[in-house]
Amino acid sequence: MKAIKKVIVWAMLACMPVLANASGGEVHLDKAPLNLQDQASLQRGAKLFTSRCLACHSASSMRYNRLNDIGMSDAQIRADLELPEDVKVGSTMQAAMDAGSAKMAYGVAPPDLSVIARSRSADWLYTYMRGFYADESRPSGWNNTVFPSVGMPFVLADLQGTQEAEKHEGHVVKLMLKEAGSMSAVEYDHTIADLVNYLVFMSEPAILVRHQIGWIVLIFLSVLLALMYALKKEIWKDIH
Amino acid sequence: MMNLLKSLLVWVDERFPLVSTWKAHLSEYYAPKNFNFWYFFGGLALLVLVIQILSGIFLTMNYKPDALFAFSSVEYIMRDVQWGWLLRYIHSTGASMFFIVIYLHMFRGLMYGSYRKPRELLWIIGMIIYLALMGEAFMGYLLPWGQMSFWGAQVIVNLFSSVPFIGPDLAIMIRGDFVVSDITLNRFFALHVVAIPLVLVLIIVAHLVALHEVGSNNPDGIEIKKHKHTNGVPMDGVAFFPYMVVKDGVAAVAFLMVFSAVVFFAPDMGGYFLEYNNFVPANPMKTPEHIAPVWYFTPYYAILRAVPPMFGSQFPGVVAMGVATVIFFALPWLDRGPVKSIRYRGPIYKTFLAAFVVSFVGLGYLGLMPATPTYTLISRILAVVYFAFFFLMPWYTKIDACKPEPDRVTSK
Repeated sequence: MKAIKKVIVWAMLACMPVLANASGGEVHLDKAPLNLQDQASLQRGAKLFTSRCLACHSASSMRYNRLNDIGMSDAQIRADLELPEDVKVGSTMQAAMDAGSAKMAYGVAPPDLSVIARSRSADWLYTYMRGFYADESRPSGWNNTVFPSVGMPFVLADLQGTQEAEKHEGHVVKLMLKEAGSMSAVEYDHTIADLVNYLVFMSEPAILVRHQIGWIVLIFLSVLLALMYALKKEIWKDIH
Repeated sequence: MMNLLKSLLVWVDERFPLVSTWKAHLSEYYAPKNFNFWYFFGGLALLVLVIQILSGIFLTMNYKPDALFAFSSVEYIMRDVQWGWLLRYIHSTGASMFFIVIYLHMFRGLMYGSYRKPRELLWIIGMIIYLALMGEAFMGYLLPWGQMSFWGAQVIVNLFSSVPFIGPDLAIMIRGDFVVSDITLNRFFALHVVAIPLVLVLIIVAHLVALHEVGSNNPDGIEIKKHKHTNGVPMDGVAFFPYMVVKDGVAAVAFLMVFSAVVFFAPDMGGYFLEYNNFVPANPMKTPEHIAPVWYFTPYYAILRAVPPMFGSQFPGVVAMGVATVIFFALPWLDRGPVKSIRYRGPIYKTFLAAFVVSFVGLGYLGLMPATPTYTLISRILAVVYFAFFFLMPWYTKIDACKPEPDRVTSK
């Protein structure tokens, strides 16, 4: 009896690590150095996002004034992000370019980025934004290691510079900087880390508070558990 | 004051069976005192039902069942509705938790023979609840209108179109359209929010009524009603109120801690409770590379894929999947063992049960994976094991070397 219980429990446990790896991909992804406590990083990410990404992409579920959560006042949002007069601070983030023209230009409508960190994962985004390389066979002149034949041109080339791919049997094995940008490799990695940090926050603004609330709930429940257990002991004491 | 309350109670009792109902179902309903860990999950399932109904009501206040707005209304709940993110995570976690507790509750039934006479009908009603729950979960999963919502529904509804002769019309009838569309979303919303919850509540009441008629089984698989005190109270029974209420209360709080840990610290559970691809809005023009149902359906999905198409039709696989789900109904009549509980069964039943658990978990894993030739082969082997547990049961339960059952319940 005991033995069979053990077999069953072990069989279940044995399956768990396998399950945890179930969504493993083929492409190697670099680990994004996230730190959601770092408001300065989140704010730098927000600025880069609104100045560059919003040219073509929207984040239609994200309101500008949600940046209050990462320590920016309404006035700061207006000034630092250079919001046009007609855009209210409570508006959602819309792309400068309309989806139709963007589709004409790139062959595909740029996706809304509101929850991109949830569908793609932070590590994917971190690798993707550092994985563009020059490729003359592509209409845009750019290709990407984690998103082959990507429609998006590399809009941060002025920062990172131009990378070239060393290929082996059609697979990219190494990226080398051919032409330097305005940032060093380390600076650029930090900038992308800020951007991905921001994208993770934007995908789920509640992420900043839910851990804290979670601890309060768990502490409350553990006190309740102790009380319930004591009550059960007391009531059951004459049952043998 | 006390007198006033007492006379109020008398007044009510003359018009409604309040005191007698309280006695019959709580203070004088006797449950076996030797309940162990596995007996918590029925009560916990009831708790999850309440959690789902309450969180669901508040989600319904803010969700829009419209193909144009459904996806963004969920994000609106996540961001702009006060505590909306909490409601949504409670509801999405509750869906998976419901299946976890129900699977453990059913496994308890398998271990201790809870489906055996006189509890056949109790078991059958329970199985109907399980099927209704699958329908409820399937339809609810369409509502966020992400890629997995859309394509999961598309794949499952297409299964019905493989039914000979009436299949294609049947699929159109379910969808209300030629593809999964706004119309499908609207009817699934109606079914998810009104129809199935009503049915669920009714059959859960029937499940409890049937339970209280026959009384609970216990880890020893023997009847506590055989030995009664002179006043008619079973010697090995304890009153549900207060004893079982406080015992289940401890389990409920412990369960809520696990539940909260998921809600607050890992609401997507690594992509198993909330699939990553479901954060991409539904796009009928773009089929995802890999469509996997949510984890609680994957054992059956793996069985579906394990059966090769015959005569150019997927129908045999669909039949196998259907049989795998409803075969549980036949358990009370498949089991010919002289004892109910695994404690007194012989080694053969234990081996078959262990193999069944391995096949169920293994198929669940394979159902999440792409169908490679190796995985398909393993799925086929596990599917055979799965069915062998049921179809060979009349034989192996009979020849098994069982131990004698005790006269009275044992505590550990």
